[in-house]
Amino acid sequence: MTTKRIVLTLKVLLWLGALAPTAWMGGGALFGWLGANPIEKLEHVSGMTALIALLATLLVTPVRRLTGWNPVIQLRRPMGLFAFYYVFVHFAVWMGLDLSLELSWITEDIAKRPYITVGFTAFLLLIPLALTSTRRSIRRLGKRWVKLHRLVYVAPALGVIHYYWLVKADVRIPLLMGAIYAALMLARVPAWVKGRPRRATAARRSRAKLVEGREPRDTVAVAAVD
Amino acid sequence: MIIRVSKPSDIPSSEITPEDVYVNRRSFLKQAAAGAAGLALAPTALEALERGSAARGPQQVDYTRLKSELGEPVNSYKDITTYNNFYEFGTSKSDPSENSGDFHPRPWTVAVEGHVKNPGSYHLEDFLAPYKVEDRVYRMRCVEAWSMVVPWRGFPLADLIEKAEPTGDAKFVELTTIMRPSEMPGQHTRVLEWPYIEGLRLDEATNPLTLLVTGVYGKDLPNQNGAPLRLITPWKYGFKGIKSIVKIRFVEDMPHNTWWVTNPREYGFYANVNPHVDHPRWSQARERRLGELRRRETLMFNGYEDEVASMYAGMDLRKWF
Repeated sequence: MTTKRIVLTLKVLLWLGALAPTAWMGGGALFGWLGANPIEKLEHVSGMTALIALLATLLVTPVRRLTGWNPVIQLRRPMGLFAFYYVFVHFAVWMGLDLSLELSWITEDIAKRPYITVGFTAFLLLIPLALTSTRRSIRRLGKRWVKLHRLVYVAPALGVIHYYWLVKADVRIPLLMGAIYAALMLARVPAWVKGRPRRATAARRSRAKLVEGREPRDTVAVAAVD
Repeated sequence: MIIRVSKPSDIPSSEITPEDVYVNRRSFLKQAAAGAAGLALAPTALEALERGSAARGPQQVDYTRLKSELGEPVNSYKDITTYNNFYEFGTSKSDPSENSGDFHPRPWTVAVEGHVKNPGSYHLEDFLAPYKVEDRVYRMRCVEAWSMVVPWRGFPLADLIEKAEPTGDAKFVELTTIMRPSEMPGQHTRVLEWPYIEGLRLDEATNPLTLLVTGVYGKDLPNQNGAPLRLITPWKYGFKGIKSIVKIRFVEDMPHNTWWVTNPREYGFYANVNPHVDHPRWSQARERRLGELRRRETLMFNGYEDEVASMYAGMDLRKWF
């Protein structure tokens, strides 16, 4: 198989996997398998999927470094966008179904409940990232795009805290998520330490490439962000 | 079988009326009104009908049609038995119904001990023998801000306390769940401290609303709902309703109930349903009634204010949450 074919296959698998929770939620809403508290179930499934997708997005770069197989990076943007999609579904179910779009209930929850404040913040942080995920934005924002998209390291941390603060006693899964997040961040440290002195030049170089517009965008983004 | 609605002060109405009469009550009322007697006759006429049905012998109760004293329909048997908090079987709502199949609620022994004149340890059948069970429709409000309406079957804890004869030193009742990790997979984890413990002040325990429950929907309790014996205090958050009870102990000091031990900042001993005192992490002002789309306002003492408020007169319910 050519690299192109492998990437295409991976992308198809990614789409299938990423849309499976949506299909499950839609089917559940239609056929009633969401249980006695369907709104809560939708919140749990969308929230869990969002967190997993955010962590999966953070996995791409370490995998690339570990395997040396650069094309894997092409999965990162669709993964990030799917993560945002599920964060949005989670937010929409909470606001629209759980709180019936009652503005006073929504603002009260965001202001008074720390776990909702944190979760809402994560959602807000991800909006500009989703909006600037186009090739045009990458080109236009250049170095600032790289800086902006470092927020992708913050959002999953907030997601883990949101989850941890929400559960009543059984913190095992939130802790597991936290551990995975920590591992993914630690995996980046060596590259950051090594790349530090050359960061400015690297950024300049990548920007130059961007301007030329010959380098595939995803490779450029990797070179710059990580 | 006595079928009673949750407010002991209320006259039973639709709950004890046979389904056919109940369903046709409007036409019956209309007929009564047309008969020149007017609506004033209706209550008497209904009572006569009820007596008539009682004379027909044991009636078939359609539990799905029961309503609370506020006219709220009961939740489905499926909802009540598949959406449970029973951490001994796992922490997700579906775990208790999925993981409790190996649990054996019989044979079962219940111990009554502590400051009582008549302590003892009983086989479940002997333990239950002296008491007359009845069906009662209660609201169940969870501390997690969801609620349901459940037709329980049980007897007042007060009846047991009367027989046990607590001494003057008994100020509280402490109840304990069975410790049986071999059949309760959740007890292998350290999510909570096992065994689960709950408690009531003696006056709360003797309140006529407080029920030792043996069944739901006219059937024996399923394992996931706390078979074979559980507590129900409908004006308190659901976690007070300790399940699978093996020990009822009369004590002098306030029991250390499990959720209070786990997080005293968030869970109190009293745990009275109170829309004005929020849980630190979520609002208690509203709740989702399972089966409803829009959240509804939570009622003070879960709607049982008339029956229980006097017990807390003069207490700061913010402090004693």
